Amino acid sequence: MMPRRVPIPLLYAGLVVAAGLTVLPFLWVASGSLRGIGDFQSDPGAWLPSALTLDNYAKLFRTAGFGGYLANSLAVAAITVAGNVLGGALAGYALAKLEFRGKRVAFAAVMAALMMPFSATFVPQFMVTVNLGLIDTRLGVALPSLVLPISVFIVRQYAGSIPDELLEAARVDGAGELRIFRSVFLPLAGPALATTTIMSFLASWNSFIWPLIVAQQTSTYTLPVGLAATQQAAQNVTDYGLVLAGAVVVMLPVLALFGFLQRYFVQGIAATGLK
Amino acid sequence: MAEPTVVSPGASRLRRARGKRSHTAIGWAFMLPFGIVFLLFTAVPIVASLATSLTDMRSTDMRTPFGVDFVALANYGTLLGDSQFLKAVLNTVVFVAVGVPLTMLVGFTLALALDSGIRRFRTTFRGLFYAPVVTNIVSVALIWQYAFNQSGTVNEVLAKLGFAGPNWLGDVHLAMPVVILLGIWRNFGTAMLLFLAGFQAVPESVLEAAAIDGAGPLRRLWSITLPLLMPTTLLVSVLLSVFFLQVFDEPYLLTDGGPLGSTESIALYTYNQFGFGNFGVSSAASYVLLVFVVVFSAVQFRLLRPRS
Repeated sequence: MMPRRVPIPLLYAGLVVAAGLTVLPFLWVASGSLRGIGDFQSDPGAWLPSALTLDNYAKLFRTAGFGGYLANSLAVAAITVAGNVLGGALAGYALAKLEFRGKRVAFAAVMAALMMPFSATFVPQFMVTVNLGLIDTRLGVALPSLVLPISVFIVRQYAGSIPDELLEAARVDGAGELRIFRSVFLPLAGPALATTTIMSFLASWNSFIWPLIVAQQTSTYTLPVGLAATQQAAQNVTDYGLVLAGAVVVMLPVLALFGFLQRYFVQGIAATGLK
Repeated sequence: MAEPTVVSPGASRLRRARGKRSHTAIGWAFMLPFGIVFLLFTAVPIVASLATSLTDMRSTDMRTPFGVDFVALANYGTLLGDSQFLKAVLNTVVFVAVGVPLTMLVGFTLALALDSGIRRFRTTFRGLFYAPVVTNIVSVALIWQYAFNQSGTVNEVLAKLGFAGPNWLGDVHLAMPVVILLGIWRNFGTAMLLFLAGFQAVPESVLEAAAIDGAGPLRRLWSITLPLLMPTTLLVSVLLSVFFLQVFDEPYLLTDGGPLGSTESIALYTYNQFGFGNFGVSSAASYVLLVFVVVFSAVQFRLLRPRS
């Protein structure tokens, strides 16, 4: 951007230090998760394992219930992503490409939902869920995020770039609106749907407060809730390795996904300025 | 639909109206999945929340929500008389006033560094700096708890340097800075990304012209880049303010609002009152927060509009 300023090597040195500080917690937790209980007792603060072990991970899935939490997290994420791709595509397309009475109201609703703070809605959301009989179910955990306003917003922004003539041509050929949506729009909407998938997966996977409220028995815990519970339980026995391994299991899938698909993540943020 | 088939000056208008009507049905049909979720989990709750804040509803009334008593503004009065709520408001103001500028500073500095002519590893660095944003907060908070323990990693490093480290998260004065630090660590990636996008609006040619005219790097930053970046800066500040206004995860997971309520935010206060079963008070507190957030968000969308 700016010609001739900070020398390049100095710039790299600064960036490496900053990146190091940023990833330090990740390295620390990965290292700690590979240390055995005895290792922690002899030297609690060591940075590197004296001997590598996968015991903590084995214990997580055998006795700490992480298999169940993982299954719940995956199921909730699958429901959430399916709902967001479908509901987001339909609503985003309608807002961008269909003329209908009340469209401004519909768009205002999307905007209102975008800015609504969770703390202002969760008490009634909880009561709605109780009265639907969905407390302590995977669907109940997924429900409030089933069609996120951000998904509608992403598809709407993208659909705006698709020329009207394309849809008009199909309309002249006598295709119905649903047919046009399915056969003309959807095949072109790949990038927007990819971004929607990633954003809604991220929202679902990292969601913590709502699952904490709705999942009341361990059988419906998602990974973050299970991890928090495991940490509390482990405080008495100071089983650090187990808790750190749990932390790795919770954050690794998203970080791996992010590593491969950084472009879509970045597009999602840049398109909307929102998480 | 049986429309009269009259050929009259009004016919074309009629046909248009009919066409529009059928589109209206289709349009709303497309909106339906979003609409249902919106009604059940945003529209109804936001009205119900306001209504609840005017009643003495408690957790025991959950299945008979219409059997509660109307208490007008009594819950809001309770809030004003509750020193813990006032403390939570103050804490939230501190979160925003300290967290937002520092997050922006870190994000801006990194964006500037990434945009200063380096080519190799640029995407890698960007990815590493953004990683905290996508990382699960429960995992991260847990790492921070261990790190800032009395016998944690931070104190161990301090001990090697010859200092006796304090009990960070148990100290009324030190817990808040640690909680804010986590908020910064978690959000600076977003600020960086938005600043990087904003730099596109600063034309290279103008900077080069200024350089030829003898303006130094700092002068160019101050007199060209920063003024041209103003819309982005405003956007980032409002966006982060909305995040920090709603701060919940960081204090909940690190300190549970303690010690002595010194890190409790309004959102956490709301959650705690919900936990105590005081749904009316909880809803009132959430509405106070809502007013703050809506004002900030409205400003944010006003700023976003000309760009989209």
